[in-house]
Amino acid sequence: MTTKTPSKLEKILRDGHLAVTSECGPPRGSNIDHIVKKGELIKDHVDAINITDNQTSMTRLCSLAACIRLKLMGLEPVLQMVTRDRNRIALQSDILGAASFDINNILCLSGDHQSFGDCPQGQNVHDIDSIQLIQAVRHMRDEGKFLGGDELEGKPEMFVGAAANPFADPFEIRVPRLAKKIAAGVEFIQTQCIYNLDKFEEWMKGVRERGLHEKCYILAGLTPMKSVGMAKYMQKRVPGMDVPAEVIKRLQGVEKGKQAQEGIKMCIESIQRLKECEGVAGFHVMAIEWEEKVPEIVEAAGLYPRPNSN
Amino acid sequence: MIVADKKPIEEIIETLKDHKNILVLGCNECVTVCEAGGKKEVGVLASALRMHASKEGKEVKIDELTLERQCDREYLDEIRDSIDQYDAVVSLACGVGVQFTAEQYHDKPIYPGVNTTFLGATEERGVWTERCQACGQCILATTGSICPVARCAKRLFNGPCGGSTTGKCEINAEVDCAWQLIVDRLKALERLDDYEKLCPLKDWSTDRAGGPRKVVREDVKQ
Amino acid sequence: MPCTGKVDVIHIMRSFEKGADGVAVIGCLEGECHFNAGNLMARRRVEQAQKILDTVGVGGERAQMYNLSSSEGPRFAQYATEMTEKIKELGPNPIRDAKSKAA
Repeated sequence: MTTKTPSKLEKILRDGHLAVTSECGPPRGSNIDHIVKKGELIKDHVDAINITDNQTSMTRLCSLAACIRLKLMGLEPVLQMVTRDRNRIALQSDILGAASFDINNILCLSGDHQSFGDCPQGQNVHDIDSIQLIQAVRHMRDEGKFLGGDELEGKPEMFVGAAANPFADPFEIRVPRLAKKIAAGVEFIQTQCIYNLDKFEEWMKGVRERGLHEKCYILAGLTPMKSVGMAKYMQKRVPGMDVPAEVIKRLQGVEKGKQAQEGIKMCIESIQRLKECEGVAGFHVMAIEWEEKVPEIVEAAGLYPRPNSN
Repeated sequence: MIVADKKPIEEIIETLKDHKNILVLGCNECVTVCEAGGKKEVGVLASALRMHASKEGKEVKIDELTLERQCDREYLDEIRDSIDQYDAVVSLACGVGVQFTAEQYHDKPIYPGVNTTFLGATEERGVWTERCQACGQCILATTGSICPVARCAKRLFNGPCGGSTTGKCEINAEVDCAWQLIVDRLKALERLDDYEKLCPLKDWSTDRAGGPRKVVREDVKQ
Repeated sequence: MPCTGKVDVIHIMRSFEKGADGVAVIGCLEGECHFNAGNLMARRRVEQAQKILDTVGVGGERAQMYNLSSSEGPRFAQYATEMTEKIKELGPNPIRDAKSKAA
């Protein structure tokens, strides 16, 4: 299948391989070494690396700068862009900036509310929402125009992605919401991390019923649990997260020193199960601050070596 | 109505500390309904200010008056003859009233006595919640009469976001998820298919972003 | 008055403004208000007044709410004594003091 952009991620997906992506959070300062190290750690085990955009509203080095750094290292970044902090002028501007460095992947998000982060007294922007951002990128790429109507000099060649959360409420519109994003022009999806596999498969069933899995590439999100404490925190304190009791029980059944390894084991088992789920086009392994485990997970799940996209 | 909340008395005392002839000016409309700035509240504040002044051994005159409203000249004109005796006015009207009063009485200090909060409705006595952000282009017809601009913390036009949990917003378990409400209402109106319609980009030029706004009705202007 | 529900915050405030050392609002037992919930409203208003009196430096403890049934003579006496003792301890209304100093 022909690709629409120079994106390596797009090529791997269109060639019919299961894609593997991961994600890194930029530093809380201007010292970029941290991103360089993480990139080096996982580069042979993933097809693309997301850089988060001031995630949970904690001010960090911007995603765009970190993506540029990865690109200059020869890696394939995914620029995460939230609509919380920038108006439509800045969003278009940053898209052009990213494209000028040949960053070919973008993930369009609304962003966590600023009350979660370090500047709860700040304004939020939300000039446009994540679905309108998808439309905006496609408009710039395919029509070669700004939102205001003028022609652009140099279209941003971006493979457009968004997030999906099959575990948030109301469940009944979670498939229609994916349909909306597809209608807006989304080409790939990374889901919220999955612990409730039954519920995820139920959502996938609804997705398949409407043929949506053929209109965009769905990458299943996974985050290995490090401990019972982490599992409980995610269950109780993270909005839109579904951690079934069995997950916590299984971790509790193992002594403290072995919980992390059990969490990794569970992650690998999930990948094995989801490989059989029709419509899953790949995996988005989010091991934030635990990136060193990504190679182990990818290998044990039988996803190594990565296809050469050239 | 415009909902306001009382300012802490300490703050008002501090603001008025150098004044000796004060008028506490209430408003009989919105701030009366939300029990922040009507005749009753004027009385209680004036009494508190008098007691504080007496306790400090200060000679301060504090008068009370409540106008029908403070956003129309005809009512503010009622104090034109008496205002000179005061060296300050603390207005318990909303931000509009405080400012409009100041415009009519250019060289008189007019201080706010309430914090104007939002456009909202009475859920029950003592509880008011926001409903409208006055964006200038009402889209309630497309969202089952529930406003995503005022009631969604991220003012999403194609919501909900992934943080919606059991009908509540990620910012606070007491805040309803506007998009849950919209979906419920579209269901009740048998228009759930409307959910998938893509909402176009908002024109914010009629909102605050476009600058201070004005409505002119030529058909009514004199 | 027919019911403590008729007591408004301003009545309590004005009493202190005029120099009262204490104000006791005595209503029916909670749950037995002849007019339903008048005594409950009164308690809330007393609490409101207490807060304001604290803020302006007069002292919120000078305003108190008591509940009893109209037949409880001895309890009335007990509350009256309690209140008197409390106010004696607190001393005269600081406003009266300041006013006389200023005069």
